[in-house]
Amino acid sequence: MLWYVGRRLLQLIPVFFGATFLIYFMVFSLPGDPIAALFGDRPPSQAVILALREQYHLDEPFIVQYLYYVGGILTGDLGTTYSGRPVGDLLASAFPITFRLAMLALAFEAVAGILVGLIAGLRKGKLFDASALVVSLLLISVPTFVLGFVFQYVFAIQLGWFRTTVGPGAPLQDLILPALVLASVSFAYIVRLTRGSVSDNVSADFVRTATAKGLSRPRVVRVHILRNSMIPVITFLGVDIGSLMVGAIVTEGIFNINGVGGTVYKAVQLGEGPTVVSFVAVMVIVYMLANLLVDLLYAVLDPRIRYAK
Amino acid sequence: MRINRKAASVFAVIGAGALALTGCTSGGEGGEGGSGGDSAIISTNGNEPQNPLIPTNTTEVGGGKIVTSIFAGLVSYTAEGEIENEVAESIESEDSQNWTVTLEDGWEFTDGTPVTASSFVDAWNWGANPVNAQGAAYFFDNIEGYTPAPTEEGAELPDAPEMSGLVVEDDLTFTVALTAPEADWPLRLGYSAYSPLPEVAFEDMEAFGENPVGNGPYMLDGEGAWEHDVAIDLVTNPDYDGVRKPVNDGLRIVFYATQDAAYADVQGGNLDVLDAVPDSAFETYEDEFGDRAVNQPAAIFQGVNIPQYLEHWTGEEGKLRRAAISMAINRDEVTEIIFQGTRTPATDFTSPVIDGYSDDLEGAEVLEYNPDEAKRLWAEADAIAPYGDTVFDISYNADGGHQAWVDATTQSIANTLGINAQGKAYPTFAEALGDRENQALTGATRAGWQADYPSLYNFLAPNYLTGAGSNYEGYSSEEFDSLIREGSTAPTVEEATELYQQAQEVLLEDLPTIPLWYSNVNGVSAETVDNVVFGWDSVPLYHQITKG
Repeated sequence: MLWYVGRRLLQLIPVFFGATFLIYFMVFSLPGDPIAALFGDRPPSQAVILALREQYHLDEPFIVQYLYYVGGILTGDLGTTYSGRPVGDLLASAFPITFRLAMLALAFEAVAGILVGLIAGLRKGKLFDASALVVSLLLISVPTFVLGFVFQYVFAIQLGWFRTTVGPGAPLQDLILPALVLASVSFAYIVRLTRGSVSDNVSADFVRTATAKGLSRPRVVRVHILRNSMIPVITFLGVDIGSLMVGAIVTEGIFNINGVGGTVYKAVQLGEGPTVVSFVAVMVIVYMLANLLVDLLYAVLDPRIRYAK
Repeated sequence: MRINRKAASVFAVIGAGALALTGCTSGGEGGEGGSGGDSAIISTNGNEPQNPLIPTNTTEVGGGKIVTSIFAGLVSYTAEGEIENEVAESIESEDSQNWTVTLEDGWEFTDGTPVTASSFVDAWNWGANPVNAQGAAYFFDNIEGYTPAPTEEGAELPDAPEMSGLVVEDDLTFTVALTAPEADWPLRLGYSAYSPLPEVAFEDMEAFGENPVGNGPYMLDGEGAWEHDVAIDLVTNPDYDGVRKPVNDGLRIVFYATQDAAYADVQGGNLDVLDAVPDSAFETYEDEFGDRAVNQPAAIFQGVNIPQYLEHWTGEEGKLRRAAISMAINRDEVTEIIFQGTRTPATDFTSPVIDGYSDDLEGAEVLEYNPDEAKRLWAEADAIAPYGDTVFDISYNADGGHQAWVDATTQSIANTLGINAQGKAYPTFAEALGDRENQALTGATRAGWQADYPSLYNFLAPNYLTGAGSNYEGYSSEEFDSLIREGSTAPTVEEATELYQQAQEVLLEDLPTIPLWYSNVNGVSAETVDNVVFGWDSVPLYHQITKG
């Protein structure tokens, strides 16, 4: 087990370098001059442009730029943004907020999604099941930004239950509304996944056996149905951690959250190689760790799966 | 047993997550103190400044409203765009070229050091020095001894620490020699690039830009008041005694990634003043906010240029056709329908917020919609040389949201004159500008100008003087040039204004640009605050705002 985890962690290293190299190359290949674009309609003197280009090594060929970046990482320097801020500071301010938002959303979608899916699966074809399917279909088809604006307008502006945007320090109570918006689509998928999986298992042989053994209904549901239905859901949740952390650009914009999505979006627009690469590298690591966690959970859920050596 | 142990480990994982969550929460709440409460802190929208807060390197709006609040220059602007002395006691000149600046005694930076003539001269020299590569260096290019940055590829940036035109006479006096006379030079001086800097700034400018020390009505609320990408907290400077004495306790400028979020915050009562209403609310915001909504012209002029180098657009024929096109555009309708009233139809070549603006220039009737006269002039031009079925196009950059009004404008022209008129899109601003610079346009082009400082000269000279920097279409008129030159050397601002207005009457005849409209500033304020007045530069005069 430990050996398995160690090997998976070692795999992070080549993936990290591969990913940063590719992403750096992609940012490098973006059309347009990032420095000139900084100034919009009012171009500065050529001297300013040249000085800035030199400062950020933009006058060097791609591979040299990349080596500068890697060299910086090895000495603990992630580079600076075009406004002169260390990328490390940006990471330190954006990731905790996004992490909190993503965890909150994950908690919502996992708890509510599994619960609703379980009930729907157990009562297949009944009213609850039908309405769960309709609601989840609605949530899947409504774009996030529509839901975001509607929630903001109704719950924050009209009813005043929440702050309209996330306040200073991004306290948890301000993050509830954006987390709900963020969780909505995945919630719907989880409901459907759980429901499908549960309704398959309800009629499985081992469930019939367990019931025949005389186990109580709650125990059958909890231990035999639910546990065995969790594998696809856990797989989905693992992947979703990644997209929750990265894909919140729209939600972050609506609720003015200074998170990862918005920061990367801005950096891509500015052509800020070091920022984009550093953020994406961290995201790659988050993805891989989440996947590792999911793989380990498989073993917990299904005794047949073992990671011996 | 085995099963249970594993179940326990799952709970352990969830438990760890919950711990992480609570850990983060308490951290978050710790950072919240200071805002809100009973004190009259005005909250308003802003953007994360692009650069450290160094006055000569702050050329964008986000940093500009902060720098203007924490520094006091020689003069500051009133809402009408007139100047009032701040640190200056007097700014005088006999010939509009050699100026003597006298400072009021007693001004101090918030670190306790006095504001002297050197504070200004050193700051300006530093900002103009090519080696420092400051974005606003060009503001000093009319001072004697200014060293322009080299334009050729690969050239070293010269180190030119001093401009010969700036001389410190004593602690409170310095003189400025300009390269050419400029009667309204003092009008420039309210711009933030002309702010003084304390000595501590020159030790480490980058660090200074993080925690700037100024002499303005506000100052940073201690170290770390600038929380990057989130907000900046300013409190009143107790030692400030200038014309912008705040009637509130401070400012909290919150940085928004989208205008929609800022607008929602005003609606939700989390923001007091918003100076940029999002497009999505244009139709509703005036109804919703009533007299708390602001919709007034800004110092932004927009027009359409038809180059002289095109066939049919030169000489007498071109003059007639330009006038015909101008009268074929229904400005009222386009501003009302396309822009929902957030543009103001133009009556001159400047802006209503500029001192000296006029809506009754001689010849301004050419800017009114008059289809019959337009048709008559067009026919008159056709008598000189028939236009035939040549397409009349207006080019624009597709990345700037111009398509709607260009289509409406060409439609208005086509309907009135019965010609084939249409828009021509360039993918980016840079590409559109490239064709203008190379004089490679196939038709008309959109043109716009936003003023750096509230002066008629700033609207006219860079755009229409022979060979001027932004005169891409190559307009040249001796009469206009000499009026501008006379105006810039006129002994008083009033006389200069008179001459600049005459110069605009020349433009109204030639129409090197066909004025369309002025952009408006669209703002709203919450019921918590009063006396929200927008300045000429579309930024609210924060010091006047009262709360509670």
